[in-house]
Amino acid sequence: MPLAPTPSQTIGPYFAMALPFPGGADLAPAGHPDAVTLHGYVLDGPGAPVPDALLEFWQAAPDGSPAGAAAGPRRDGDAFTGFARVSTGEDGHYALRTLLPGGAPYLALCLFARGLPHHLFTRVYVRPPGDDPLLAALPAERRATLLAAHDAARPRSYRFDVRLQGDEHHAETVFLHFGGAP
Amino acid sequence: MAANGPARERRETRRVDGFGEAPAYVGVVERRPRQPPVPVVLAPGAVELAGPLFGTRDVGPFDADLTRQHPGEPLGERITVSGRVLDGRGRPVRGQLVELWQANAAGRYAHRLDDRRAPLDPNFTGTGRCLTDDSGRYRFTTIRPGAYPWASHPHAWRPAHLHFSLFGTAFTQRLVTQMYFPNDPLLPYDAIRNALPDPDARRRLVAVYDPDLNEPELSLGYHWDIVLDGPAATWTAPASVPAQGGR
Repeated sequence: MPLAPTPSQTIGPYFAMALPFPGGADLAPAGHPDAVTLHGYVLDGPGAPVPDALLEFWQAAPDGSPAGAAAGPRRDGDAFTGFARVSTGEDGHYALRTLLPGGAPYLALCLFARGLPHHLFTRVYVRPPGDDPLLAALPAERRATLLAAHDAARPRSYRFDVRLQGDEHHAETVFLHFGGAP
Repeated sequence: MAANGPARERRETRRVDGFGEAPAYVGVVERRPRQPPVPVVLAPGAVELAGPLFGTRDVGPFDADLTRQHPGEPLGERITVSGRVLDGRGRPVRGQLVELWQANAAGRYAHRLDDRRAPLDPNFTGTGRCLTDDSGRYRFTTIRPGAYPWASHPHAWRPAHLHFSLFGTAFTQRLVTQMYFPNDPLLPYDAIRNALPDPDARRRLVAVYDPDLNEPELSLGYHWDIVLDGPAATWTAPASVPAQGGR
């Protein structure tokens, strides 16, 4: 019989004293020629920036293997870690430097913020997915919320905004549930 | 809370039948998704079934003892908090990062947004880290945090609590939560804990006083086990049962 899970509680307003760490936005080794920037804004329902969100990214390495180097708070910056932890600024913006994942073409994203009783999972697709069952099952408008925008003029930069709540004009980012209790 | 003010905070709670006068936290209304999360069945090998690796280098010698991070001794009652991190099948989660943050003994956080009328403690920051051992066990020495008022509703005080951040073997198991202390009279009134509709779930956030964890002449011991949710990465099937991969 499975053990009952420990429930989630909101991250609250004070996590910044403990969780962010230097180099947390760098998945790519320092100076790596293939490094790309992934950046964007976290917005609430009315479109206001969310200045106190924490975003964690986890992704496969360029060779497709889902195992990076030691990923923690005292990383040395020399190896690909697969894991990033970034906070949004006052303007709701975040940015990280990474190498594009091999294999499945997405980064997993776990988002925390004051005011969210439970974290939110989603995916950031950085390449046109071929045969992806999640994307195939979504209506086009919602599917688009999971695709990072690639600016042809800035080949090393990808844009991905998170809209926590949609309205009649803006699609809400698709959030995911992987099983276990919602 | 200075950036948002009492009016904003007040909209984060609502009264719920069954909690008497105690409201439940619903979060910031403008930040709550309106759509239910989309269920995803992860295929074996999906990146979400693995997770980041941590190592002994990630934890410093005083990271797990929050009373030793400054030259002087912090004010407050010393406590030792320990337990095991397990997955849903009861297997220990080994070598994973556990992070902790908390208010000081006066109920104030060392954070610029906490400008409440209570003293900061120059000998206490209130952040800690450790790695779980081979049996999944974590252990922190710290001080018992104070309760503090917040503006969600009249007479709202947060009970003493520790914020915990946990990683499993799979990214799906990520958890941020709060631990409470037994017999705290503020617990039934706490909107944050009351956000959980299930009374059993609320109870699972409360530690147990455990004299075996007391450090003689130093600290009171509290035991709190943590069970991570979500599909795990590496299920070792019993010999007679075929492996089922990523569920």
